[in-house]
Amino acid sequence: MPATDPRLATHRTVEAVWRIEAARLIAGLARVVGDVGLAEELAQDALVIALEQWPERGIPDDPGPWLMATAKHRGIDQIRRRTRYHDKLVLIGREQEIRQESAEAELDAALDAYVEDDLLRLVFIACHPVLPMPSRVALTLRLLGGLTTDEIARAFLVPESTVAQRIVRAKRTLTDRRVAFELPPPGELPSRLTAVLEVVYLVFNEGYSATAGEDWMRPSLCEEALRLGRILAGLMPREPEIHGLVALMEIQASRIRARTGRDGEPVLLMDQDRRLWDRLLVRRGLESLARAEEFGGFFGPYALQAAIAACHARASAPQDTDWPRVAALYQVLGHVTPSPVVELNRAVAVGMAEGPAAGLRIVDDLVAAGTLSTYPQLPAVRGDLLARLGRAGEARAEFARAAQLTRNDRERGIFLAREAEL
Amino acid sequence: MRYLVLLKGAQPDTPPPAALMAAIARLGEEATKAGALLDQGGLAPSAAGAKVVLAKGELDVTDGPVAEAKEMISYALWQVRTKEEAVEWASRFMKLHRDLWPGYEGEAEVLKVFGPEDFAPPAA
Repeated sequence: MPATDPRLATHRTVEAVWRIEAARLIAGLARVVGDVGLAEELAQDALVIALEQWPERGIPDDPGPWLMATAKHRGIDQIRRRTRYHDKLVLIGREQEIRQESAEAELDAALDAYVEDDLLRLVFIACHPVLPMPSRVALTLRLLGGLTTDEIARAFLVPESTVAQRIVRAKRTLTDRRVAFELPPPGELPSRLTAVLEVVYLVFNEGYSATAGEDWMRPSLCEEALRLGRILAGLMPREPEIHGLVALMEIQASRIRARTGRDGEPVLLMDQDRRLWDRLLVRRGLESLARAEEFGGFFGPYALQAAIAACHARASAPQDTDWPRVAALYQVLGHVTPSPVVELNRAVAVGMAEGPAAGLRIVDDLVAAGTLSTYPQLPAVRGDLLARLGRAGEARAEFARAAQLTRNDRERGIFLAREAEL
Repeated sequence: MRYLVLLKGAQPDTPPPAALMAAIARLGEEATKAGALLDQGGLAPSAAGAKVVLAKGELDVTDGPVAEAKEMISYALWQVRTKEEAVEWASRFMKLHRDLWPGYEGEAEVLKVFGPEDFAPPAA
């Protein structure tokens, strides 16, 4: 079909409206019918009807409310059908009639008066701990991002049937386990929020790890994650770690154009052309970080990582980086979330702030601990520090080892080049 | 994908109705919370600005107002998945004008901002 085909153009408009409205539509429906799976089906029905009718009758003046009204009618039909079924079973017609009327009125009112908490409930349900991680991701993108099964499949390089199954199973699990369409109790809120942020950051990282030339759906996951993060920040504006995560993603996303070279090769942070960084995203990231800190979130793991990213974002040239601050932030991060990878990053920062010998001491402790024995960055960092200390022979051996350990061809090339130039 | 939406129209004789401004603020809040609206601002009449023209190798600075039929009224920067989504938001914005400011005429230009997707290396 040519791009100018009017039916195709209408189809695209339906999709656009869907993306804007899907989450609220499903959330509103879910509150009334009490079941996310059913709510999603009703919303999908409305979408199908729109796809059938709009190309014939034209796009309605208010497409959002149109979808809402259509889903509502479908919902009322469902309630009627179920009521009739019950009538036959229990033969208490009058009571049922009243119940049916009140259910219809409730559905009507609920969908007209959109409640922001609905969307928040939907977020927590989609990322519910009874679901395995891949299902949480699929359900979140589907329910909150308005992505199609095909788009999710392309983004995660899995067959469409796999994603479809994950979603079907997830919805069934939620129904079977009687997961109520409610906000987590206050006591569970911190851990449940952590789970939600984990899903969002996983989506972001999947997009961020996409390599050049892949289907654009993959890198666009970064945009999806940012969008989800911004939605969360709007829903829970006083939760500092949401702002911390948004800040981290905004700043990381600001480097997307600079982190890949002309031939698709990765460009390391220190070698990036900083003029290619997206200044709007940097600005937004710094603002989100300030908000995280304003709400007492300085020590949140995402806020700390964002604070480190911000040190780089504020430096217009690599030599302007506030390395002592980066090193200090890594030290704090290491206390909050102890990890040898964080420690290795601290070694790099200390190596820049205090000199290669100080960095090497930290790396040597890591080598002695043995936890990162198969991690290619460990010998690579050690090689770099040794090279700066003038110990070329030892440095070459480290880069050779790093090249051996990595499974990424481009990275291997970089390590071998470093080895050769020493 | 990022889109810049520029609202252009004749400079009206009266200020916009309060109800319109309130509705625009609501739409802006909704779109911000949806993660779609990145930035926006109203633009003062061109009388408050200037124009720097390069022609035949010569730079020429002229103070406003510019003698053009339509003035730039406002801008909005959107982060959306498709052009149609940007058009949908722009349409909602224009419908508010239609419904709340009888007789108003203007146009919202939807312009794509180049992004990483436009610079992606060809598939290997």
